Amino acid sequence: MEKESFLKRYGLLIAAGVVVGAAAVLLTAYGNPANMGFCIACFLRDISGALNFQRAGFDAEVGTGIVQYLRPEIMGLVLGAAIVAAVKKEFRPKGGSSPMLRFIIAVFVMIGALVFLGCPLRMVIRIGGGDLNAVVGLVGFVIGILIGIAFLKRGFSLQRAYKQTMAEGVVFPGVMVVLLALLVAAPSFIIFSKSGPGSQHAPWALALVVALVVGAVAQRSRLCMVGGIRDAVLFKDFRLVSAFITIIITVMVGNLIVGNGLTFSFTDQPIAHNEALWNLLGMVLVGWGSVLLGGCPLRQLILAGEGNTDSAVTVTGFVVGAAVAHNFGLASSATGIGTGPVALAVVCGFVVLAVISAANMAKVEV
Amino acid sequence: MVDARGYSCPMPVVMVQKAVKGKDPDTLEVLVDNQCSVENVTRFAKNSGYQVTVSDYDGDFKLILKK
Repeated sequence: MEKESFLKRYGLLIAAGVVVGAAAVLLTAYGNPANMGFCIACFLRDISGALNFQRAGFDAEVGTGIVQYLRPEIMGLVLGAAIVAAVKKEFRPKGGSSPMLRFIIAVFVMIGALVFLGCPLRMVIRIGGGDLNAVVGLVGFVIGILIGIAFLKRGFSLQRAYKQTMAEGVVFPGVMVVLLALLVAAPSFIIFSKSGPGSQHAPWALALVVALVVGAVAQRSRLCMVGGIRDAVLFKDFRLVSAFITIIITVMVGNLIVGNGLTFSFTDQPIAHNEALWNLLGMVLVGWGSVLLGGCPLRQLILAGEGNTDSAVTVTGFVVGAAVAHNFGLASSATGIGTGPVALAVVCGFVVLAVISAANMAKVEV
Repeated sequence: MVDARGYSCPMPVVMVQKAVKGKDPDTLEVLVDNQCSVENVTRFAKNSGYQVTVSDYDGDFKLILKK
């Protein structure tokens, strides 16, 4: 058996990890919220706010909520992946793999992420920023992935997808182009927060270019936060997890270089709370749900860019989940968990994931 | 023959793993419909001691695994 060299095996993923980590530090240095250079959950939530699906923290005097902005990072990731996929002839419209189940799972993954305050990518960035609450989140994330793997091993699978028309596949990237146009044109019916995290952002052109690069790199490397731990456990394959670790190291080094310092603590971490139980449970939902979906929120954006309409439906579910989380007081804030029925929502999430997991254990045709 | 067309990773690898485990066939044909799965199944097969050849299969990919 030929042995792959270390560089060939891990090179691309370690490079991807460096690019993503550096991009996160760079965007924060240029205005994105602290420890939130990149966060798929937060940014989709901000987009849901810009479209007025939610206006969390609405202040009548200011006239806006605190998490409303059309984050060009999202559009850049999708379009960067779409362009590279098209060039590499990997843009292949397909879908029909249990779209409504994916939608529902996505809603609860987003609720879990907003209870924790971040997607798996931001969790890694928070760890790199010294936020020990994110380490608690990581423990929950791993537990969630292990639960998901237990179902995978027992034959869990969503239905197969089929080829779809080019028109179907380009809709989602097309929507991204429209959102970009709305960002640049900034008509008054699109809401941009005047205070709070939504008001903190890097210049849109810089964010867009950085995200295009990250999207392209993520498409080539198949980078996935949930895939790393999943493949390590399931196949003893440590390629994806090498990127996961590289991002943490890069963010740590980057924070020191730009002078953010690096303080390891549970308290006073930016846009984070220290209610350990909820940090943990939120990420259990994210980990479990992401295994069922076949990839983390970042990976769903990249796949949607490749013409995968199931992933496009999943991302739509994330946006709806974000609106639900904020409209019903489920999303956490720096002061703690939300004021709504957080426990009820999280328990509902576990019940829904358990039912979907158990109901889709039909034997895979081999 | 494993027909993993329409499935995204990790399913194709899980399906191949299941087909190989315990039975240890000398050859196995695998169909997948995306490049990512080609890479992942190839890597898994090589690590399990197979040689892999990839060919076009009506716009999809056919992988032949041989001991």
